[in-house]
Amino acid sequence: MTATIYIPRDSGALALGAEKVAKAIEKEIAARGLDVKIVRNGSRGLYWLEPMVEVETPQGRVAYGPVKPADVASLLDAGLPEGGEHRLSLGLAGEIPFLARQTRLTFARCGITDPVSLDDYRAHGGLQGLENALKLEAAQIVAQVTESGLRGRGGAGFPTGIKWKTVLDTENPRKYIVCNADEGDSGTFADRMIMEGDPFVLIEGMTIAGIATRATKGYIYIRSEYPHAVATMNEAIAVARKAGVIGASVLGSAHAFDLEVRVGAGAYVCGEETALLESLEGKRGIVRAKPPLPAHKGLFGKPTVINNVISLASVPIIMDRGATFYRDFGMGRSRGTIPIQIAGNVKHGGLFEAAFGLTLGELVDGIGGGTATGRPVKAVQVGGPLGAYFPRELFDTPFDYEAFAAKDGLIGHAGIVVFDDSVDMLKQARFAMEFCAIESCGKCTPCRIGSTRGVELADRIAAGVEPEKQIAVLTDLCNTMKFGSLCALGGFTPYPVMSALTHFPEDFRPVPVREAAE
Amino acid sequence: MEMQTARTDIAARAIEIINQLKSAEGPLLPILHGLQEEFGYVPPETLPLVANALNLSRAEVHGVFTFYHDYRSHPAGRHVLKICRAEACQSMGGDALAARAVELLGVNWHETSADGAVTLEPIYCLGLCACAPAAMLDGEVIGRLDEEQLQEIAMEVRL
Repeated sequence: MTATIYIPRDSGALALGAEKVAKAIEKEIAARGLDVKIVRNGSRGLYWLEPMVEVETPQGRVAYGPVKPADVASLLDAGLPEGGEHRLSLGLAGEIPFLARQTRLTFARCGITDPVSLDDYRAHGGLQGLENALKLEAAQIVAQVTESGLRGRGGAGFPTGIKWKTVLDTENPRKYIVCNADEGDSGTFADRMIMEGDPFVLIEGMTIAGIATRATKGYIYIRSEYPHAVATMNEAIAVARKAGVIGASVLGSAHAFDLEVRVGAGAYVCGEETALLESLEGKRGIVRAKPPLPAHKGLFGKPTVINNVISLASVPIIMDRGATFYRDFGMGRSRGTIPIQIAGNVKHGGLFEAAFGLTLGELVDGIGGGTATGRPVKAVQVGGPLGAYFPRELFDTPFDYEAFAAKDGLIGHAGIVVFDDSVDMLKQARFAMEFCAIESCGKCTPCRIGSTRGVELADRIAAGVEPEKQIAVLTDLCNTMKFGSLCALGGFTPYPVMSALTHFPEDFRPVPVREAAE
Repeated sequence: MEMQTARTDIAARAIEIINQLKSAEGPLLPILHGLQEEFGYVPPETLPLVANALNLSRAEVHGVFTFYHDYRSHPAGRHVLKICRAEACQSMGGDALAARAVELLGVNWHETSADGAVTLEPIYCLGLCACAPAAMLDGEVIGRLDEEQLQEIAMEVRL
């Protein structure tokens, strides 16, 4: 019997040497004349164990990791194709606690299937959501998505169904579905993982969105920093088109829908939806004033659904299992599951999909296992460069849109970056302002000028020049940026700055005072 | 050393690329990407050709070209090292490592070494935040970058 060995092609695994491991395994297999098939899967998202190699056995998939090229010969000596015991054995992959504790709905197939095999996708429940959608009226699909409680996973948390309904109700012969895959927030990689590990789920989600709103053309705007995601998406789109999943007749129906990948050019602000639309149109990525909403006048002035990758990739499971199934997960007004990305200085970093409601402490200490350096956790930044820094005292905050807002923070794209006690929060506050200055599109003054003034203020505080006065001005500046900026870049930069100042005031006091206190 | 492409060849090849891509919706970014892929940078003399083909003003094309961090107006070095400077990498000692890269390579950010061996660029997130610090050398991703790897890279790019 042919054994099947899985070696991830996810860029996170590649960054840790998966390609060399794959080459070494191929070589050993050939030298030993073994009957083995190699599948390049996505990542399961357990990055401290990558490259994680798996093999199919009658009991299930047995995992090994982290595998180095030098381990390959001994792995095969130990009987890798039969799931033999080795010092890198992790047991059955599905029983690794980090995976067993998750509720994988959106990421159900990620790391399990061959990302570009449509047969594999179908065999693992793929396309059932689309098939169900094809039996419904457009308004019924929209109603189901609304009822599921799905909210925008890009960060804003706007109900996806309502957005779709606006586009459905706006008459126009030309409408667009745009997928925001400009995942620029540090600490986030869920979009990248799903595009590299299960691209068909995004294609299926976008196709359902097209049918639900009578749009026939979709664009996936992927950042240029993700060349592997671009390549995998393009490969999957070609496969889907050839198989008739998309194209002139979606799965043989009367609906037409086609997709195209567009690559960004290194502008963080293009993750803002209106700047992204400008960029797709071939312009500078300058934020548009709203209204008009993209749902009324979006890409090329046409009604446009613009959703994050994870929002769209969550639609197939909703259409497959029903709105109630999805809605029954979660807490409060945050329904369903959210793929949380645990990153930075953390022992067990990776992707953890779970129903809303886990506390920050459970995620960082329990699941993440504390810091990688072994030092105490000082702060965690949730939601990317525009998200607040949380101290340990707030670790009882549950993962929920409203609960985070109540603590002057945001979930954003659900990335958590862990910092140990060596972090200087004044430096982090300065970086937030500096990043805003680098990436500002320049349209509105609070963001364009405010960010540079913010950097100067942080520098003066660091130099001990009248720190109390600078802090007062910084606070006032943050207030102006928060309420006066056109979009979230200038508007949310105050979150990391003010949270650092509020929760870690000692880092903002002049050095002599700090030293005296020690 | 291979000779630099003659200027007239650049124009001819640029027009081919522009004509291939100009019928797409919103073709400007794909065209600029196409030009950079072909030449390694976007030769300034091609911008008026783009403007002409798309019926845009030269100012508009210049504005778009200069807005995006990716597009270069000069050729890069033989190797391009991009080091992530964002928060997740900072949390794993990325700042110190980035400073060390500047020392080891003898170039500053956005600069190319005098021997043309390497260009050093900051990048804000490669999505490798669970295996930080991260970098990209000539399109190859690197996770858990450390001093030892940096020294290897510094040697490798000068070979």
